[in-house]
Amino acid sequence: MTNRSAAGASHRAGPSATVFGIATAAVLAAAIGLQVARDRAYQQRERETERILYLRSGDTARRLAFDFDALAADTYWIRAIQHYGGDRLAVNRARKYELLFPLLDLTTTLDPYFTIAYRFGAIFLSEPAPGGPGRPDLAIQLLQKGLVAQPQKWQYFHDIAFVNYWHLRDFKTAAQWFHRAGDQPNAPNWLKPLAAGMLAAGNDRASARLLWTQILDSDQEWLRRTATRSLEQLNALDGIDQLQEILRRFPPAPGTPFSWGDLSRRRILGDVPRDPSGTPFELDPTTGKVSVSKASPLWPMPSLGS
Amino acid sequence: MRAISCIAVNVFRESVRDRVPYNLALFAVLLIGSSFFLGQLTAGQDVKIIKDLGLAATAIFGLFIAIFIGIGLVSKEVERRSIYALLAKPISRPQLVLGKYAGLVLTLAVNVAVMTVAQFAVLAYLTWTIDPAVRAAWDAPGVDPALLKAIALIFVELMLITALALFFSTFSTPMLSAALTFGLYLVGHFNADLRNFEVAVNSRTAARLARGLYHVLPDLSAFDVKTQVVHGLPVPAGYIALTTAYGALYIALLLLIATFIFSRRDFK
Repeated sequence: MTNRSAAGASHRAGPSATVFGIATAAVLAAAIGLQVARDRAYQQRERETERILYLRSGDTARRLAFDFDALAADTYWIRAIQHYGGDRLAVNRARKYELLFPLLDLTTTLDPYFTIAYRFGAIFLSEPAPGGPGRPDLAIQLLQKGLVAQPQKWQYFHDIAFVNYWHLRDFKTAAQWFHRAGDQPNAPNWLKPLAAGMLAAGNDRASARLLWTQILDSDQEWLRRTATRSLEQLNALDGIDQLQEILRRFPPAPGTPFSWGDLSRRRILGDVPRDPSGTPFELDPTTGKVSVSKASPLWPMPSLGS
Repeated sequence: MRAISCIAVNVFRESVRDRVPYNLALFAVLLIGSSFFLGQLTAGQDVKIIKDLGLAATAIFGLFIAIFIGIGLVSKEVERRSIYALLAKPISRPQLVLGKYAGLVLTLAVNVAVMTVAQFAVLAYLTWTIDPAVRAAWDAPGVDPALLKAIALIFVELMLITALALFFSTFSTPMLSAALTFGLYLVGHFNADLRNFEVAVNSRTAARLARGLYHVLPDLSAFDVKTQVVHGLPVPAGYIALTTAYGALYIALLLLIATFIFSRRDFK
């Protein structure tokens, strides 16, 4: 009995809590140190495996998600944003955005009322390279899927009209969709005048400015950013028109190339003119054509009339 | 009635002793942690995702409690042989089964109530900290009483799953009870497909059989109104009342069969 209790006491008298705590902290610190050393020594490349989407059928995903389809939709939404952001910020690889549509399609099949997923798709699926995959057809397909779930959502009609107007340059179809958007409950009252103006003028900057100014009031920060950039593009187009007019009125001497330096020396311009992002405009020395530099964040520019 | 309530309180105390409330701490950490990180990842959809996550976690945690405690309610007493001591007391077998059921439902009710309070607290904090212009564009308010509709139906579904687990535990081993309950949980969520089976098959007999199974098996997908509630879409009071009544009748049926089987069981 005495021996047993002595054995029990010696068993209980193992390492004290302090020693145990220090040992645990030391082992954890060593593991973290090794991890940091490994990460420094072997820089991980972007893993191509992350770009695989195993499940592409929305119906299958919905069945696998049971009751938790909304939560699964959230997961795919986060993945869509990460995929878009990852490609947009990619430096060492092509920006393909090839999973953007399947991810948004899965998101909206799992949660057909996920409004922002349809609208995100409308903006970024249509965006031409390098800012997006340049697929306005897929953007419209996604929005039409949204209209099946919520046939009276004026925002989807508006977005289809917008894609037709801004990316496809189909002003007649755009005006029809803006008009249909204006017919929906709770639609803002500026949609029908916009449709009428678009039918009359078509390719005009005033309609574009009005549209983007409305989008600038959005609650979504990424939409406001896109609107700001687009309004800057419109301002850049206005700036190009003014510069072309100056070049027409003050051409260089015969046999001399067009240049900003020439205009500065003649005190027609103070400095090299810049677009709203602060990047200098480019001037073709032979033709005298002014354009936004490819180095500018505003490039590529939309093709709009005056 | 007194015997049932005594057993129920003891089941509740046992679940507390078994550290079941630890899941509440995990739930709180999950929600608070998510609310912190999601704002960076979701492009402004953090409140929607917190609602989805909170409702899903309430359902999942409740499901695990209902199945893993439910299957042991009766079989554990038999394995430990404490059933003999229990049955020697002035309580009938149906009282024992009903008391065990009520005890686990009480545990689930406390869990769901605490999770609901935690979720509303996190949502209230997020609503308070977010720009009013952003708040105005949400499908539904951050602190939305309509969430209680989804939570109420989750609770009724959990009560039904508890009744299923208890029913299996009256005549089967814990492992088999868990497998059967989980199997029926899965089937219950695909049950609505059986309703329109004639669209997929040519055989009229198969279609009738499928329609029969649709009516006999529990229709668990009906209890899921999470998506509608999160998006601020209407969930009619009549739908909630009918689904709750359906759940209550199914629970009554399962408890009736469970007490019948348990009353005839020979423990010698």
